[in-house]
Amino acid sequence: MSHEDVLNPKHMPHDPEKATLEGKNKFLGFWFFLGGETVLFASLFGTYLALNGSTQGENTPEHLFGLELVFIMTMLLLTSSLTSVYAMYHMKNHNFGKMQTWLAITVFLGLAFLGCEIYEFYHYIHEYGFTFRSSAFGSAFYTLVGFHGGHVLFGLSWITALLLRNRKRGLNLYNAPKYYIASLYWHFIDVVWVFIFTVVYLMGKVG
Amino acid sequence: MADQTQSKPMHKVEYEKQQHKEEMKHQVLTFALMILFTLIAFGMVVMEVNSYFIIPTLIILAIVQVAFQLYYFMHMKNKGHDMVALMMYGGAAVALLTIITFTSIIWW
Repeated sequence: MSHEDVLNPKHMPHDPEKATLEGKNKFLGFWFFLGGETVLFASLFGTYLALNGSTQGENTPEHLFGLELVFIMTMLLLTSSLTSVYAMYHMKNHNFGKMQTWLAITVFLGLAFLGCEIYEFYHYIHEYGFTFRSSAFGSAFYTLVGFHGGHVLFGLSWITALLLRNRKRGLNLYNAPKYYIASLYWHFIDVVWVFIFTVVYLMGKVG
Repeated sequence: MADQTQSKPMHKVEYEKQQHKEEMKHQVLTFALMILFTLIAFGMVVMEVNSYFIIPTLIILAIVQVAFQLYYFMHMKNKGHDMVALMMYGGAAVALLTIITFTSIIWW
């Protein structure tokens, strides 16, 4: 396939994200990366599970966490996962405009999630004096949840960059893999969040 | 870009669109189930279900929800995902070992 065909394909194939060798490589390489990310987060979860009892005072998980905000954050991120599924659905039907719209909604929901998380951390620091240095539990908590928040921020920047860079180009075989992989990353962020709300917040409340 | 449909037979395009629609339906159903699992998990904690099994139940709910996300939202159920499954199951196995090691040997 010539370069011209990739950028301006005469017909769009069934799977535009895997039509070129580069696309196939990106797809496989990215899943390799996600396998590695799983282990990275496992080490942070392991650390949190081992250290969440070392609270040095009354700032315990049960005392700090409020489930209302966590529930809202969960719904925001879960919904943003569905909207990026819609975006990929429109990509497969070669509807570039709708794909961009759904991804923009995804970014909006992700920003709302990040806003909630910043508020949550601010609240813990100012109302409870619970910081990274308060206790081993504090360090493990902020490292794990903050690392996930960092992933959200990176995912948002990534998708926004794609949306802006390609807004006048339309869908082609060069940028379809990029969109597909960014959406995989976004789903993976939700995968990690499912374990965070279960292990950190719900199990923290149960005690 | 304008002649993209002409190079493919019309019935094939229609068939593919139908397939995508079918997949999308499954994904919306998946989303509804994931919401349901989330509600059950939060509900159990809010209503303070006092049981020995609450933590295992929460973890099982999370694992099922993540499986839905991987297989439906991230398309692992589709063809051509064998290598992907190898990576993810490999990653999950090492992840489990990591968690066991960290909680039992490293941070004690």
